[in-house]
Amino acid sequence: MSTADATAGAVLANRRGWLGSLSDFFWRQPTLFVLLMLTPAALWLGIVYLGSLFALLLQSFFAIDEFSGIVDRSTLTLKTYAELLKPQNLDIIVRTVMMAASVTLASAVIAFPIAYVAARYARGKWKALFYLGVMLPLWSSYLVKIYAWKLILAKEGILNWVFAQLHLTFVLDALLGIPVIGGNSLSISFIGTFLVFVYVWLPYMILPIQAAVERVPSNLIEASSDLGAPPLQTFRHVIFPLALPGIIAGSIFTFSLTLGDYIIPQVIGSSRLFIGQAVYAHQGTAGNIPLAAAFTVVPIVIMGFYLWMAKRQGAFDAL
Amino acid sequence: MTAAVSLQQVSRHFGAVKALDQIDLEVGAGEFFAMLGPSGSGKTTCLRLIAGFEQPTSGHIRIFGEAVEGVPPYRRNVNTVFQDYALFPHMNVLENVAYPLMLRKVDKQARAKQAEAALELVKLGGYGTRRPGELSGGQRQRVALARAIINKPKVLLLDEPLGALDLKLREQMQEELKALQKTLGITFILVTHDQGEALSMADRVAVFDQGKVRQVGTPEDIYRLPNSRFVADFVGSSNIMPPGFVESIVGEKRWASLRPEAIHVTTGEGASQLSGTVVARSYLGSTTRLAVDLDGTRIHAVVPSGDDVPGEGARVTLGFAKDALHLMENEG
Repeated sequence: MSTADATAGAVLANRRGWLGSLSDFFWRQPTLFVLLMLTPAALWLGIVYLGSLFALLLQSFFAIDEFSGIVDRSTLTLKTYAELLKPQNLDIIVRTVMMAASVTLASAVIAFPIAYVAARYARGKWKALFYLGVMLPLWSSYLVKIYAWKLILAKEGILNWVFAQLHLTFVLDALLGIPVIGGNSLSISFIGTFLVFVYVWLPYMILPIQAAVERVPSNLIEASSDLGAPPLQTFRHVIFPLALPGIIAGSIFTFSLTLGDYIIPQVIGSSRLFIGQAVYAHQGTAGNIPLAAAFTVVPIVIMGFYLWMAKRQGAFDAL
Repeated sequence: MTAAVSLQQVSRHFGAVKALDQIDLEVGAGEFFAMLGPSGSGKTTCLRLIAGFEQPTSGHIRIFGEAVEGVPPYRRNVNTVFQDYALFPHMNVLENVAYPLMLRKVDKQARAKQAEAALELVKLGGYGTRRPGELSGGQRQRVALARAIINKPKVLLLDEPLGALDLKLREQMQEELKALQKTLGITFILVTHDQGEALSMADRVAVFDQGKVRQVGTPEDIYRLPNSRFVADFVGSSNIMPPGFVESIVGEKRWASLRPEAIHVTTGEGASQLSGTVVARSYLGSTTRLAVDLDGTRIHAVVPSGDDVPGEGARVTLGFAKDALHLMENEG
């Protein structure tokens, strides 16, 4: 072996087989590599996901013939959307939006302190415990949880029993006596629906807020305090604005999940419908696919409007 | 001299770690005071105690005579310039500077006017509408400074304010900070690990080491008359002379410090204990630093650069005035 060869080997490491050649090729063609990485995701998102969404959107512009019950696919019409504005359908929309809004607000209020403590004070073992505590409910079956809640909230359930033991049954009765949201027992009232919604979606609010608060540098909080801000002012002017993207992210989850859910209100609540149940009923037994599609468009429009408002309010400025 | 800040027997322990261990310190009103020390020496903890971010484990802190135990930072008339500036990213420069005024419910116009004036003072007039993210490190530093002085605090704390700036900018900011302190007449307390910064800016310097204050004095005292081997070594680049050597010169068996620039070097043999061999030579521009091996003791001397500077391996004799040899009182 000549000296020149020895030197070359020492400077440039040998290529290891065809896999090595492939690595070298991609190193020289980074754009190609990125493209290759994106293709499966783009196919999935583009065809399977967005494609079905557009198919749905298209369905909502058809209308059902009231006499024959056959969907007319030859003409595009806004007739089905006009249907949405009928009082019984509008009722469903308003009811669902109100529920989604209250669930979101309550989740944010409950989640923030938990997320804040976890982000700023919990360390090591405690942090692991926090994640476990928040995620654990997500690992068990959704249906099992909901039926468990039905038992908890039932008239013969544990909650009633606790209130009775504490001689506080009158509080529960007063609560259930409120018109519209009250009812015969918690398990068949909107209060019950609300409680279960908050329970089920809470982790989706806690985790984004926790991530957002964790990203707020602690020296900003110290700086605010140093410049004369008592804790409440620091919260208002520094922590809250910087955590807002996290709250918005969480609220997107809780709001849209509540808008679309059809199982919880069916198991726990009064017999009055939510959007999800309406979609289920119309596309199933009623066979009115266009109206079901139009109902499905409602949450999409509401979420779009919500995000647009959030952006206008500067919710994403700190990103 | 009224004390702006006084610490009496102040300790701050974190578990078994004594970040500060029974220190006493007095900072005069209107003084530019520097706390100098290596990282982990307790100087930043000391600053945080004065700002109120930490509470002392024991001891008393007074700010202009008032005890501040249990007083939160937002009730102390003390402001801090943070090491990484801590500017609020969701506010523009003007809103950042006007933040303390906003908290005091100063009306919007007066706020903007005062904030603009403060920005002028730090030479950033007209930058109000920018976001902190759009500024350079030096500019962010100035915004942090403007924000910290807008409330006219009694004491301004500066935590390694120039650490992230490059050399040229650092020198410029040093002069500006000093001028600003004269204009405002506020007590400045500067924390730094850079001895050059401390010596050039401060009226007095406290040298920290392992949670203790080793020496307090004017920059000149600290530099010329260090009281211990640590101070001599940390502040500048003094030669630390062992007791045996010192005894042979002044007759006292004590540790002493000897500044490299106090030594003059002549080529050739002389008195035996002062003759040695040049083992290293580094060119520093107007001066050249020589390392001379003196019978096993390595001594640094700084001589004017020129053709007659001895090279490596040359035999030389060192000379210095007897009183250049400073006996350190805190060493045996």
